[in-house]
Amino acid sequence: MARIRPRGNGPQGLPGISVTGRRAGTFCLLLIAALCVQATRVQVFEARRLDHNSANQRLTVERYSQPRGNILVGADTVTGSARTGGRYDYKRTYTDGPLYAAVTGFASQGYGNTQLEGIEDDLLTGADSRLAGWAVWDAVSRGQNPGGDVYTTLDRAAQEAAMRGLGSQKGAVAAIEPATGRILALASTPSYDPGSFAGSSSADQTAWNRLQSDADQPMLNRALRQTYPPGSTFKVVTAAAALASGVVTDVDAPTAAPYPYVLPGTTTPLVNDTTACDRPGLSLDTAMVSSCNSVLGYLGVQTGQDGVVAMAEGFGFNDARLDMPVRPARSNVDTTMDQSQVALSSIGQFDTAATPLVMAMVAAGIANNGTVMRPQLVDKLTRSDDTVVRRMKPAIYRQAITPEVAGQVQRLMTDVVDNGTGRGARIGGAVVGGKTGTAQHGVDNSGTPYAWFISWAKPAGSDAVPPVAVAVVIADSDATDVTGGALAAPIARSVMQAVLGR
Amino acid sequence: MTRAATRPPDRPVPTRRTTELVLVLAAVLLAVFGYVEVGVDLDGTVPAGAAEYGSALGVLALLAHAVVRWRARYADPVLLPIAVLLNGIGLVVIYRLDRATSVPGAAPAQLLWSALGVALFVAVVLVVRDHRRLQRYAYLGALVALVLLVLPIFFPPVYGSRIWIVVGPLSFQPGEFAKILLAVFFAAYLAVHRDALALTGRRVWRLRLPRGRVLGPVLLIWAAFVGVLVLETDLGTSLLFFGLFVVLLYVATARTGWIAIGLVLAAAGAVTVGRLSPHVHSRVTDWLDPLGSIAAGKGANQIAQSLFAFAWGGELGTGLGNGHSALIGFAAKSDFILATIGEELGLTGLVAVFLLYALLISRGFRTGIALRDPFGRLLAIGLAAIVGLQVFVVAGGVLALIPLTGMTLPFVAQGGSSVVTNWIIVALLVRMSDIARRPAPGEA
Repeated sequence: MARIRPRGNGPQGLPGISVTGRRAGTFCLLLIAALCVQATRVQVFEARRLDHNSANQRLTVERYSQPRGNILVGADTVTGSARTGGRYDYKRTYTDGPLYAAVTGFASQGYGNTQLEGIEDDLLTGADSRLAGWAVWDAVSRGQNPGGDVYTTLDRAAQEAAMRGLGSQKGAVAAIEPATGRILALASTPSYDPGSFAGSSSADQTAWNRLQSDADQPMLNRALRQTYPPGSTFKVVTAAAALASGVVTDVDAPTAAPYPYVLPGTTTPLVNDTTACDRPGLSLDTAMVSSCNSVLGYLGVQTGQDGVVAMAEGFGFNDARLDMPVRPARSNVDTTMDQSQVALSSIGQFDTAATPLVMAMVAAGIANNGTVMRPQLVDKLTRSDDTVVRRMKPAIYRQAITPEVAGQVQRLMTDVVDNGTGRGARIGGAVVGGKTGTAQHGVDNSGTPYAWFISWAKPAGSDAVPPVAVAVVIADSDATDVTGGALAAPIARSVMQAVLGR
Repeated sequence: MTRAATRPPDRPVPTRRTTELVLVLAAVLLAVFGYVEVGVDLDGTVPAGAAEYGSALGVLALLAHAVVRWRARYADPVLLPIAVLLNGIGLVVIYRLDRATSVPGAAPAQLLWSALGVALFVAVVLVVRDHRRLQRYAYLGALVALVLLVLPIFFPPVYGSRIWIVVGPLSFQPGEFAKILLAVFFAAYLAVHRDALALTGRRVWRLRLPRGRVLGPVLLIWAAFVGVLVLETDLGTSLLFFGLFVVLLYVATARTGWIAIGLVLAAAGAVTVGRLSPHVHSRVTDWLDPLGSIAAGKGANQIAQSLFAFAWGGELGTGLGNGHSALIGFAAKSDFILATIGEELGLTGLVAVFLLYALLISRGFRTGIALRDPFGRLLAIGLAAIVGLQVFVVAGGVLALIPLTGMTLPFVAQGGSSVVTNWIIVALLVRMSDIARRPAPGEA
């Protein structure tokens, strides 16, 4: 078509339709160009912000559009996925929900994710970039990878023993393999079934609301997220600090501990639970076997605040980022105290508070000759075809004490089980070390005491590092004899037996 | 200097009918691929509907092509393939949305309306041998258009607008048809009166205002239309008629002043309507802050849902069947159908669709410029401008570039009246382009 360029084709020298029509056409095309610019703005430059808007359901829909990867204990999957046939295609199921709830947490369409379900969510949903076969192709095709699997470090037998032992009481168990930091058991009671509110139906809503309003707080993870005054179990830390600082050089030699021991700066004597302690100059070993407050309080003050605090921190106290990979609550020992407070802290009172996990780390660190391993809950992450994405490597957390001091504390702990308050944890054919604790709390100590027990065990005659260390706390029991030795030690024993295979 | 003189007399004007046939077949094939992709994504197999929809579209397209080949052999070879492709894309996306929404069955209905549209295309190409004859019916057409527009006032409003005539299961938007009649009227009136409008009248400052006697009738009719539409709160169509009027007035008279006056009037009208109508006011609010309702705790409004869909598509889209555009709600197949295209075909697919419209519009304008009679020139330009303005108004609305006014995307959106009307527009353009490109008698 020849290009037409009329001049003054229109009325009286004005531009003709060929010119004005061309201009109008250009205008219409500019409108289309403006649409392209706006589309680019929305689809490229603002896309990320819009995708993550809270009112945009796409991420959630996508998340539940395929079966979720599984969480495994040993070779057994403890989770599953079920088709729901709604906007969300799949929901989470749990094969043995209450048994593993403290480890798995929950993955709920309505209420989000916690624990391993939350920490490893990207892997389980398939969103994790490590699952991609070929990242560039995945980005182009936008295909969704099937969810990966999370293998836990749990020992099924230990976990079952812990839950069975806790029974209907309120409490928690944490068990660790001392040489590696692998968590063998993590139990919290009363427990709950995370599958009961995994979907988004009204039944799920009812189940959730009931759990939320339950006065027994079944969804509180007492092994990781709750701290308790550790009571006498903390004496293991104090003893280690006294030995490490040279305040005590021989566990069997008489100490300068007076009786009665009046808290420095006060007129209050530190009382003991048993008359066996009511003598001056007891050895550290005797004091541990009978759990003497006066002696350990005195030794704590002699060691000094810095020594006791440093020792506690070596085992995991005052660390707010002890991720494994789930993050536990921070265990506390105060860092600015007067001497009487140091004495009380040294026997696990005052503001000292610990999670069962950290007390298990104390036992595990002693058992592992002073080397505290970083606790870890995940053995490996795999793709759906079982190829490994990441495998757990044992990592040293801290060298809390020298092997020599560790050896001495080990002896103190075996004496506690063999001859002292920890007799309830004795296992035939095994060497067991432990420490009881009974922590008063509440106004004027009116609350039911917390019954604690921390321990480790190995086969008799073995020179190897004990394969298991345990911490048990019973927070609220109906029993008449609420002591660590009576209530907690038998639970620790059954967990250790499960690991030892006896 | 005429075109014939520049061309060697022994070279015949190419008809390009084979080009058109190849493009039409390619368009049908693309639509069939679309059905297959939807089926593979949703069911893992080629859907049973693919063959039916594909062959139906193919038969319609070939029928239209045959008629063009027979009766309009010099027509622009791109117009029909673009119409087939856009209609095909629309059918695929509606079919896909049928699978995701609670009220299916829109795709078969759309196919039926498309068949009617092609039938009317054929009728127009066969019956309207010379577009100049339409000029005679300009006033009659305007009257019919006005009646069509008034009718919905007697029917209940749908989603806040009285723009539908509902008879049993059938619903029908007369405003869609009215726009063709109005374009014919404007083109005819302005072709006759362009000199008077451009040259006579009093001069006020730098503008030359035409005599009321000349401008009066057209202004009166235009005002009647817009008045009715405002009553029916059909913003999109008012905007469209207004834009069409301003564009044609400028093209006919070359007076830029008209555009200035038009814009002032438009702004005044928009502000007035925005103040008076809560329906419009909320749309302006949503446009200014699409995510505002989320911050206010009232959840995502339709514009926000639409933007979410576009954003999710990103550069390359999720692929047909993999998006979540059902979240947009009831208008996903009509006003917001572009959001599904954006989500599932991505920016790439969206721009491709925009370019199809750009091509269609530019071919329309080119036809207008190439014609020799003022009425034909203005009509072709008017029809092309209708498509352009409508695409801008609806796409700009769902992309939050301008306030949402509620219009249908030509050929693509669900809606019988829209599809049928657009087939008639393309038929008129095909007919006029045939005349524009036809060699003078005795030349070939």
